[in-house]
Amino acid sequence: MKPTNNILRHSASLANKVFIQRDYSEGTTCKFQTKFPIELESRIERTLFEDTVKTLNNFYAEAEKIGGQSYLEGCLACTTAYLIFLCIETRYEKVLKKIANYIQEQNEKIYAPRGLVITDPIERGMRVIEISIYEDRGSCGSSSGSSSVSGSTAR
Amino acid sequence: MRNCEYQQIDPRTLTVTPSTAQNQTEKKSQPVRRKWEVFPGKNRFFCDGRIMLARQSGVLPLTLGLIVVTCGLFFAFDCPFLVHHLTVFIPVIAAVLFVFVTISLLWTSFTDPGILPRATPDEAADIEKQIDTSGSSTYRPPPRTKEILINQQVVKLKYCFTCKMFRPPRTSHCSLCDNCVERFDHHCPWVGNCVGKRNYRFFYSFIISLSFLTSFIFGCVITHITLRSQAGKSLVQSIQESPASVVELVICFFSIWSILGLSGFHTYLVASNLTTNEDIKGSWSGKRGAEDSGNPYSYNNIITNCCATLCGPMPPSLIDRRGFVPPDEAVPAASASEIELPLFTAKNDAHRCTQSTKDVLERMVHSSDIPGLCPHGAPKTTPLGLEVPSLPAPSMEPSPSALCSQQHAHQPAPLPCTQFSRSREKDSVQSINPAFRLALPSPSLSRTSLILGDTPDIGFVLRP
Repeated sequence: MKPTNNILRHSASLANKVFIQRDYSEGTTCKFQTKFPIELESRIERTLFEDTVKTLNNFYAEAEKIGGQSYLEGCLACTTAYLIFLCIETRYEKVLKKIANYIQEQNEKIYAPRGLVITDPIERGMRVIEISIYEDRGSCGSSSGSSSVSGSTAR
Repeated sequence: MRNCEYQQIDPRTLTVTPSTAQNQTEKKSQPVRRKWEVFPGKNRFFCDGRIMLARQSGVLPLTLGLIVVTCGLFFAFDCPFLVHHLTVFIPVIAAVLFVFVTISLLWTSFTDPGILPRATPDEAADIEKQIDTSGSSTYRPPPRTKEILINQQVVKLKYCFTCKMFRPPRTSHCSLCDNCVERFDHHCPWVGNCVGKRNYRFFYSFIISLSFLTSFIFGCVITHITLRSQAGKSLVQSIQESPASVVELVICFFSIWSILGLSGFHTYLVASNLTTNEDIKGSWSGKRGAEDSGNPYSYNNIITNCCATLCGPMPPSLIDRRGFVPPDEAVPAASASEIELPLFTAKNDAHRCTQSTKDVLERMVHSSDIPGLCPHGAPKTTPLGLEVPSLPAPSMEPSPSALCSQQHAHQPAPLPCTQFSRSREKDSVQSINPAFRLALPSPSLSRTSLILGDTPDIGFVLRP
């Protein structure tokens, strides 16, 4: 248990993980709770967090929307004995890619400078949004840690 | 500082201590494995994870065999006569139906039905914490349930002791496959797989097209024998000339009853947006009182229900069979094997499943100031459910394993599937928080409350 291992591997140590659970009030469609967790109160502004979750919810709603396009996709798939699923990318998969890009962008711009990292819900079985909270282990506090981050990103 | 640029960090350029060098060589020698190889459920995988089946798929070959044999006999013995006397479209229609039936069957059998991956140790610990702190657990906690409101109706979510999570609504744990399956309908031994959210449309197509196929073949064979008899021969003579037709008749006769019945039943389920599981348990039948009646998932419109179930968007598979297991994780015995432990393995990962989050961590790590180290020390004791009161014996839910009413004398094509909807809850929790135990294979259990990485010396310090 040498400290040096930790320096090299994890100079920012994982302090905690927060799990944003699913909101089932409207059924089984994928939607996450926008309730602001207590653990994040000192780390990020409430509005930023809520914006992120709401945007994710909108993405999932778009993916699972039952409307003209999904009917077309379904009927076309049925007539081709569903072999079309082997060939084309479904709308859901396209939206999932958009979500992955969005989460990456949010992480880079908003969350990482605050010592937080969002894990894509698809990696957790769409059950939770996992937000990892990091403590900067340097002698400086977390605020100076983030300022050094922002300083370096400015270059 | 170039580290803030989004570049892959080469571990060799880092300052290497003997221990990290050792770890690197150890990691290089570890074989890279795909997630399906460490999947905890009772499934079998083929084609490097592309195809999956339940472990007990013994009846699927029988199903396929019956379909192929019946259609083969039809094409060989009945079609020549019928083409000559009636029309060439008969074998064409039969061929189209046969292809559709077979492909639907294969889709149903080989598709992930909507398996939910098991909870990561962190998630499980978080849930345990919530259960403990919410005060809902007494000295002898009842079966863990959580009540939520769905469309203004109270629905109880049950805790799955195997998967270590509260099951989403309409999800059930299949004991045969040992997985939680979303929108669980039933486990069908005839197709050798569970029928759930992702493959219900394939299953429905299969039974509907099979109904058409068996009816069509039955009708054609009757026509064939009738036409032969009309040409001045007796019935017995006609049958002797074409004995295969009798075999087909018998198979189709018995299968029509069951398949048509099953199709009708599932059409009713689709129109009311119900699953077999819910229908059998009577979840929304209103027996419990006027307040509870009404399916909260139904759109109250038959067409919308049908379209939503059959033509809705195809959800993705959540279990990522072909992804790679990060190679440097300590894999505890039970459930954590398929879990992708995030972010700690950023630097040493050869195969990154979460490229983006790990890149972010990389940048954070290298851009933060690291003069010295706070001693890895004070393991703050946290109320994370370290001491869970010993739980009692598992609370067994009454397990309705429903057999469809129709009996099958001859096994034609897939019949009323014996529908196993047992949600048997195994209490795998011993006296210690299981997530804690699973996540901490090393003896340094006492040091940390949340273990998220591969080495036991990782912990966290909660600042007051």
